[in-house]
Amino acid sequence: MNTSSNATTTIVRHSGAYALDNYLTAGQGVKSWLLTTDHKRIGILYLWTILVFFLIAAVAAALMRIELLTPAGDLISSETYNKLFTVHGVLMVWFFLIPSIPAVLGNFVIPMMIGARDVAFPRLNLFSWYLFVAAGALALWSLIHGGVDTGWTFYTPYSTTYANSHVISMAAGIFVAGFSSIITGINFIVTIHKMRAPGLRWFRLPLFIWALYATSLILVLATPVLAITLALMSVERLWGVGIFDPKLGGDPILFQHLFWFYSHPAVYIMILPGMGVISELITCFSRKRIFGYAWVGCSSMAIAVLGFIVWGHHMFVSSQSIYAGMIFSLLSFLVAVPSGVKVFNWTATLYKGSITFQTPMLYALGFIGLFTIGGLTGLCVATLAVDVHVHDTYFVIAHFHYIMVGGMVMAFMGGLHYWWPKITGRLYPEFWGKLAAMITFIGFNLTFFPQFLLGYLGMPRRYHAYPPEFQMLNVLSTAGASILGVGYVLPLIYFLWSLKRGRLAGPNPWRATGLEWQTSSPPPVHNFEATPIATASPYLYDAEADRDLHMANA
Amino acid sequence: MDKFRLIPPQASTSAHQIDWLFIALVAIMLFFLISVFFPITWFAIKYRSGSDANRSNPSHGSNLIEISWTTLPIVLSVALFSWGAVAYYHIERPPPNALQVQIVGKQWMWKLQHAEGKREINELHVPLGQPVALTMTSQDVIHSFFVPAFRVKQDVVPGKYTSEWFKATQLGEYHIFCSQYCGTDHSGMIGRVVVMEPVAYQRWLTAGEGGESIVVSGRRLFLDRGCSGCHAVNSKFHTPLLEGLFDKPVPLSSGEIVKADEQYLRDSILLPGKQIAAGYDNIMPSYAGQLSEEEIMQLIAYLKSIGDKTSP
Repeated sequence: MNTSSNATTTIVRHSGAYALDNYLTAGQGVKSWLLTTDHKRIGILYLWTILVFFLIAAVAAALMRIELLTPAGDLISSETYNKLFTVHGVLMVWFFLIPSIPAVLGNFVIPMMIGARDVAFPRLNLFSWYLFVAAGALALWSLIHGGVDTGWTFYTPYSTTYANSHVISMAAGIFVAGFSSIITGINFIVTIHKMRAPGLRWFRLPLFIWALYATSLILVLATPVLAITLALMSVERLWGVGIFDPKLGGDPILFQHLFWFYSHPAVYIMILPGMGVISELITCFSRKRIFGYAWVGCSSMAIAVLGFIVWGHHMFVSSQSIYAGMIFSLLSFLVAVPSGVKVFNWTATLYKGSITFQTPMLYALGFIGLFTIGGLTGLCVATLAVDVHVHDTYFVIAHFHYIMVGGMVMAFMGGLHYWWPKITGRLYPEFWGKLAAMITFIGFNLTFFPQFLLGYLGMPRRYHAYPPEFQMLNVLSTAGASILGVGYVLPLIYFLWSLKRGRLAGPNPWRATGLEWQTSSPPPVHNFEATPIATASPYLYDAEADRDLHMANA
Repeated sequence: MDKFRLIPPQASTSAHQIDWLFIALVAIMLFFLISVFFPITWFAIKYRSGSDANRSNPSHGSNLIEISWTTLPIVLSVALFSWGAVAYYHIERPPPNALQVQIVGKQWMWKLQHAEGKREINELHVPLGQPVALTMTSQDVIHSFFVPAFRVKQDVVPGKYTSEWFKATQLGEYHIFCSQYCGTDHSGMIGRVVVMEPVAYQRWLTAGEGGESIVVSGRRLFLDRGCSGCHAVNSKFHTPLLEGLFDKPVPLSSGEIVKADEQYLRDSILLPGKQIAAGYDNIMPSYAGQLSEEEIMQLIAYLKSIGDKTSP
């Protein structure tokens, strides 16, 4: 295996140089960044912005894990603890996960993947980033002025009547961030419809594009409901208009319906783009065409549609009608099917491939493992009677972290490593990359697997203190989190290092087939010297030829 | 520290039901995990770059394969769904002969009262082998009454009555957790269920100050708070009589017909203008803010107790 990976790097090393005339050198200074309409630069602006939020939210998680080392709530007060899990949830969901792959990688590669010079509305794209920054500023303002203690779910009447914290400014931040999402979604939809290169028919599109198209539809259709919900919540909190608080004649369960009508589709906003990345990585690093292209592409659309009609599975014990619960349970089982189809197709793609295990592939394989566990445990929470027991326990925490972190963050890291040479023109150090990927995988499992056990044992979520019998599993989880932390800090260091010291990548270090790899690295301002023409399906890899090449090199 | 365990104590009939279902789910999860992890590992080794495995005639898709790995999960899904739904139906519907306990949640404690009148805070004594039904509401935010050893959980919602039931099968003390985040001291809103021999339970129930049963308290309120002044045969106002009302259909002035359940009675006391019985005027004053959640529950218990009587 060693000789073969050396052979691959030999090919990489001689495949090209650094393009001097590129989007990074096209303008200098802060102003050239803050006024840019280049989708590639906007992608990088998002990358820095979400990094800030990720770090804040990660510190909140670390403090919680340290507190949970002992059963007593002895390190921080329960008030602080409640604010920590709220800020962790709000920032991770709206200011990291939702924009992560779409706004960073999507912005950077969608136009290049479809052979376009930019997105359809470049100035709107920049405006969307400014909205996002304004939203983030509001969120940080509420954090600095004392934080919010409602949980990221803002359940009423706690959030409207009982919470003594900066609910309104935090909700306003999320409200504004929602508009940033909507605008980015519209931009992507129009771009994918109208700006594809000649010959790039729908069924020749890379699966990453299919995934982001489905994601954008959800962003545009679901996010307005979140805006309405938060607005109603604020109206009740500010002026005492009875909407959700029964003391004012409102219905607290109505809030949950509205909230999950957005937030369940939002779960798919947070995983579909990851699935798109994995389709790119699995094909490239196994030198194989994707198995069942149309099924993988259409399953993204099926997930997007079904994702809208399962929100009530968050409410099996809320006092919703038990018959409504039954409908939502059945539909929730069905939404698992297209996700399963994707996993099976990725697995089948490996068959007769010529597989290398560079960093992006390690993340992709890690994704499949963790996402599969996350998805399967989703069946437990979709099963009505079992959910009655595990609802609002650590079982649910573990389940959705396997999807959001084990899935989406692994995919984001895989995609970031994969496109890093395109973005910067330089390679990250492969050894450290592989090491970080493996540390992340191990640390993740050690952090979150014990939480499945804790949940079934009955430990409720959002508990600042807990009975002593839960301590051992909590200590394991905290130990895992510290390993996971190393797995996230390492890439931060070597990515920054590689900006100046990384080896030159050349236009196509992975010998990948996508259009984005047919232009120089870093790409020129308008992406392509001449508009590319698509003549065939994507992923025309040839594993047999690859084997022969390796045997010749050996 | 207790001995290490993978599942909580199985102390109710539901616990056994749910654990079997969970074990079946774990088996199915393992089946799918193996059917994904095994081929991935195998392919990753056999088709690693540089191996001389045969790669000729690769397949890029097959509708037959796709349809089969779409259909199999659907069939399994429907089976699991049905099992889960049947068990859920059982868990969600208390049997008619259950002992009644009324629970009011507030930040951050549980106030409980047995039908016989005995009150408790953050503790629930129950007899072994008898179904116990909890009728719950909250006087502030949403809470959730969770007993892991019984595998039951139900949100406790202000403005609404929710119910939960179990039949304890094992003596002992078990955790009560509030599992719906309810503010600062959420993790302190805990308590214990004590499962006792029926004889010991009876002794416990009648020991101490005892007090009056919920129905008697409700009747006292009905007289003291002026309800009986109007809802009576010789009332000078035209008002509905409440004997024989509970659980019966009530025609409303809007033309709708609703069932006179706990929720209807509660709304009629607090929001009398919301649903007006057909043939009557909207003359009843609201009792919102004048009765505690416990008192409303006692009144309803009294109205329930006269639900079988016919109006004089």
